Amino acid sequence: MPERVTSLERPAEQFNEEMLIRRVLAGEHDLFYELIRPYERRVYAAAFAILRNDADAEDVAQEAVLKAFKHIRQFRAESRFSTWLIQITVNEARMRRRKEHANIMEPIADRQDEEGNYTPRDFADWREIPSETLERSEVRQKLAEALAELGQIYREVFVLRDMQHLSIEETAKALGISTASVKTRLLRARLMLRDLLAPGLGGAWSMTSRLSFVKGTKPW
Amino acid sequence: MVVSCEEVWREVSNYLDGEVEPGLRVAMQEHIRGCQRCAAVLDGTRNVLQLYGDERMLEVPLGFSHRLHQRLDENMPGSRRSFLGWIVATAAACLVAGTIEVARSSAFRGPESRSEHAQPGVGVPPNMMVVVSEDGKLFHAAGCEFIHEKTKLRTITAAEASRQGYSPCVRCLKKYLVTA
Repeated sequence: MPERVTSLERPAEQFNEEMLIRRVLAGEHDLFYELIRPYERRVYAAAFAILRNDADAEDVAQEAVLKAFKHIRQFRAESRFSTWLIQITVNEARMRRRKEHANIMEPIADRQDEEGNYTPRDFADWREIPSETLERSEVRQKLAEALAELGQIYREVFVLRDMQHLSIEETAKALGISTASVKTRLLRARLMLRDLLAPGLGGAWSMTSRLSFVKGTKPW
Repeated sequence: MVVSCEEVWREVSNYLDGEVEPGLRVAMQEHIRGCQRCAAVLDGTRNVLQLYGDERMLEVPLGFSHRLHQRLDENMPGSRRSFLGWIVATAAACLVAGTIEVARSSAFRGPESRSEHAQPGVGVPPNMMVVVSEDGKLFHAAGCEFIHEKTKLRTITAAEASRQGYSPCVRCLKKYLVTA
């Protein structure tokens, strides 16, 4: 039995979505607000995963939603609307990133070797984390900072797959990479995050953090 | 089938996604039962998924949705919202401009600020819903951790809060505040 549910959308919601799209296409433009409402946060998160800057991510998220509205006739029902919307967002964010970082070398973290085995660090067991832990803003901040330490290619896969709960195939489609690459990057991202977080969430955060985190980052 | 630690680490992600074939799955379970390090790797990775998979991790900036809808309003051709939005925006702009002018006029004294030190909330969107407490001096975004008196809270618009003499919280509404 799989341990994880791979999709958030239920058939009834998908049916409702198809109906909304038909009505938007028929001229009821105001319904577009209803159509995008469930995905607003995901659009922002996808943009932030690539740009890592509040203002740029918000601007790109708005551009992506506008683009989706203008090109909704090009949407094909064989993929989910959410995947299509995220795909547009990823493309917009990458274009913005290329434009603004054309003359800047990628950070070393973004050139981490995708191939080759990764050896997880040997930590003592990490006791189960109750979801109430997330009520603590310092824990959310630590998680955000750990994610910011990942290289670009790992962060974007992790955000789409594990935070937005897209399937492997949807993640691959949204990022324009193969499913094999998604799996490889996902493994690396998950293990690196585990290595970054295990010492703290295993109990050390109540005393002194052993992680060197960057301030002012977001959870994706 | 017997698997090594390296094989477990290579497949742990697929294992959690339910993407390994049954034979390998059983072999991994056998291995993990007898290997403390691999058990720790599996538990830790599972914790990562649980924590980051929580909806609370997808935070957006305050007012994001409002600004997104505003941008759509401005760009949606022939939208009733667009027209109404334009009217509302124009009316709001006139109102704000008028209010600022009146406030600047020495002939008119606006409501006394409840705080001697805080600045008035000129940068906060007037229609934004904010939280105030009867005995407080500041207005906050919902969920702000710095609301001290939590028993007598009211939700009103930022404009109304300003009219009643409340000033914006510099922590939760920091991004709206205009610095001189």
